[in-house]
Amino acid sequence: MNRTSPVYNLNEPLIFEQSSPGKAAYSLPPLDVEDTPVEEILEPGLIRQEIRGFPEVSEVEIIRHYTRMSTWNYHIDLGMYPLGSCTMKYNPRLNERTARMPRIAMVHPMQEAALSQGNLKLIHRLQECLQELTGLDAVTLQPAAGSQGEMVGILMVRAHHEAQQRQRRYVLIPDSAHGTNPASAAIAGYQVVSIPSDSSGRIDIRVLRERMNQDVACLMLTNPNTLGIFESRIEEISRIVHDQGGLIYMDGANFNALMGYARPGDMGIDVLHLNLHKTFSTPHGGGGPGCGAVACRDLLAPYLPSPVIERDGSGYRANPDRPHSVGPVHAFHGNFGMMVRALTYILTCGGSGLKQITETAVLNANYIRARLQEYFHLPYPTPSMHEAVFSDKTLEPFGVKTLDVAKQLIDEGFHPPTIYFPLIVRGAMMIEPTESESKAELDAFVDAMIRIYHRAREDADAAHEAPRLAKRTRLDETRAARRPVLRWTPEEEA
Amino acid sequence: MRYISLTPEERQLMLQAIGVEKTEDLFESIPVGVRLGRPVDLPEPLSESSLLADFKAMARKNACGDDFAYFLGAGAYHHFIPSVIDTLVSRSEYFTAYTPYQPEVSQGTLQAIFEYQTLIAQLTGMEVANASLYDGASALAEAVMMASRVTRRTRVLVPEALHPNYRKVLGTYTGNHLSVTSVPADSAGSMDPETVDALLDDRTAAVVVQSPNFFGVVEEMEELGRLAHRRRALLVAVTTEALSLGLLKPPGEMGADIVAGEGQSLGLPLSFGGPYLGLFATRDRYKRQMPGRLVGQTVDRKDRRGFVLTLSTREQHIRREKATSNICTNQGLCALAVSIFLSTLGKTGIRELAEQNLKKAHYLRRRLAGRLVFPGPVFNEMVLRVDDPESLNQELYREGIIGGLPLGTWFPSRRDQMLVCVTDQNTRRQIDRFIRVLQQSRVTV
Repeated sequence: MNRTSPVYNLNEPLIFEQSSPGKAAYSLPPLDVEDTPVEEILEPGLIRQEIRGFPEVSEVEIIRHYTRMSTWNYHIDLGMYPLGSCTMKYNPRLNERTARMPRIAMVHPMQEAALSQGNLKLIHRLQECLQELTGLDAVTLQPAAGSQGEMVGILMVRAHHEAQQRQRRYVLIPDSAHGTNPASAAIAGYQVVSIPSDSSGRIDIRVLRERMNQDVACLMLTNPNTLGIFESRIEEISRIVHDQGGLIYMDGANFNALMGYARPGDMGIDVLHLNLHKTFSTPHGGGGPGCGAVACRDLLAPYLPSPVIERDGSGYRANPDRPHSVGPVHAFHGNFGMMVRALTYILTCGGSGLKQITETAVLNANYIRARLQEYFHLPYPTPSMHEAVFSDKTLEPFGVKTLDVAKQLIDEGFHPPTIYFPLIVRGAMMIEPTESESKAELDAFVDAMIRIYHRAREDADAAHEAPRLAKRTRLDETRAARRPVLRWTPEEEA
Repeated sequence: MRYISLTPEERQLMLQAIGVEKTEDLFESIPVGVRLGRPVDLPEPLSESSLLADFKAMARKNACGDDFAYFLGAGAYHHFIPSVIDTLVSRSEYFTAYTPYQPEVSQGTLQAIFEYQTLIAQLTGMEVANASLYDGASALAEAVMMASRVTRRTRVLVPEALHPNYRKVLGTYTGNHLSVTSVPADSAGSMDPETVDALLDDRTAAVVVQSPNFFGVVEEMEELGRLAHRRRALLVAVTTEALSLGLLKPPGEMGADIVAGEGQSLGLPLSFGGPYLGLFATRDRYKRQMPGRLVGQTVDRKDRRGFVLTLSTREQHIRREKATSNICTNQGLCALAVSIFLSTLGKTGIRELAEQNLKKAHYLRRRLAGRLVFPGPVFNEMVLRVDDPESLNQELYREGIIGGLPLGTWFPSRRDQMLVCVTDQNTRRQIDRFIRVLQQSRVTV
């Protein structure tokens, strides 16, 4: 097989397979203190042998290796990335510049507050921005990701009930929720009770009323939900839950649909998490780092993780002295670099810009929905906001499934949407274009989907063969799971 | 708004296609009662130049590694970072990609993570590593919860010399279901096997050992492993200074069952505490109990090697409330940076960099031997006795030095002690200056 093509590299061995003794990609300054042999400083039993199999390559080889591999990735700078609920929007370069300013990036987390006033102020300003956007009273930026934010939020709910001297046992979660919601509730020690969706794709209020009682700690909801549908009866939901002394946790994964239009704090939400890597444009980085900010009402503020960044007469400080806190979830302030990027984004857009972003995200999603609905089945015809969920029902007669649609989109030059989620839609395709896309890009995506629709009727076999133009054809995931190979091993050991 | 690509005419065409008159109509499902009836109260948009000026003004209020010599570690370390790392992690293909759910168009990220898992397994001396967790503290919490799942026990022994922030995070994660017993440090600053043995019982899921520990002392963990295993408990080794693994015998060769740690030392900037990287590695027999993402090798339909996310039946999107952990993502880009760091330093560089840390710390230690609180072996951190750590730090600051961590905040009985760190970034001149200020300060030993 050819190693390279003019377009992208076809093959690249593992870094370990390129290693040979004697090559090096680093240079260190000469040691400027006395060169005492290691064995005179440490007991021989504490010293390791050389690390077998560790790479030895040149700097040129490092650059080529990672550059060649990079050409196999789809990414937002290449084109639309319509992953529903992931909000794959453009990552502004200005964010990267501010996050790399030496006087911001080279600050030690344990140095005295007086020497870190700039960074503490930065965190504090972002907290205030998120308070205004959510309509809630207090914010922590410590959680490193949405799932960690969820855990923090539910632990805060738990702390609240404990302070009432009455611990509750259950958390209600709609069947359309992200899988992290029940997993986070379980970590906090709660049992999960599922609430079905009604025919409109919203929480079934009748069932909610039945299952809500004084043993329920909270309802965890996503709004708009994972079908992209706003829970229009949110005021009633809030009454039902609060009347029994319960709280409402909101998964803010879909906050891109709300900025400038509605605030969770005004809907009766007690605590929520936001994904700064979704709504506030910090890069996804191939799967992190993110930031799962948590905002809450005053009622829950005493339980926020410590420390909280506060401002007093003498400046900003991290206050660790908070006796009711659920405790920290990170060794330091959390993923600070993501906070720098998010604040850069918010201040660049301003209040008016953020509203325009939401407006455009919702317009783009509804445009795709309108253009595709005569070809693909919409399981819930209820109006949707920033994303639309289709199913593969219209392709079923031809034996073509959602997975085939996804893989054909790759050959059409697009990243597939989120597939087979939410679980309540069979063969779901969840499409979220975000505000970043131009009309031309949206039209190109829709046209590709329509071609895929027609191809299903004409040549189902071709659909099953996709992708043909990617670095690899479909990969054998069953084999990967049955006989896991999770690392490279030198040949003589393999 | 430069991040939006629609003209007013295009908006009009799109509204027509949708069949509504104005964009506001698309928001009708939000009831009037909860709509925000006013503009968002945030400042007007800033131009690129104004924004940079704003951030520069904030940045000026920080002291940073460009202007000061740091003798501060305590879980976050100043080390050499090769230039190739930022060049490569700044490639759009890596930093603007999502989690590699579609493997055919994510082979770059997937192969890089597979290499990362291999490098971390090699570095820790373990058999398998995951694709990374959020940071060292939450990695320890996940390790302890995993030990509890494996042993079906609920008690854990942790050292007094565990990083206090890690101890707190462990409490946050496990406070509802596990009980934590503290093992006091002996006079050498380490975990005494006899004390551990006396505290071990049949309910103990794990013995946690940090090395180098919070006082900088390198632990001999082989005996701890034997004692834990005799009671069918696991040995969980944690490190906040992963660079030490370039030189010190790895936990995998000393009986550790799970290794957790902070990877920041391996190519990540200090960045005021994050994003960092949670290292996590274990024995092959426990791989299906591991939390977090895993990448595995497989083949495509043409029998060519390729990589996919695997063993996802452990994870919450399938298992929901029965998952091994609620963790959904990893610290992907940080794992990439660490991979590039380890590949760039390679077999000889990681050793040489680690040795420079050891030897520079040794240089300071020999000259301040009379102030050492613990006689145990150290890598690049140590506890020194000083009269008043806070005022010493003021004096050091005037000499262009950010001093060590006063221990009194964490350990009230150690008000006259300071945790001091010396890395490859400290020159001999800086170390000499540090010693001079310390010796001239009004300290009584």
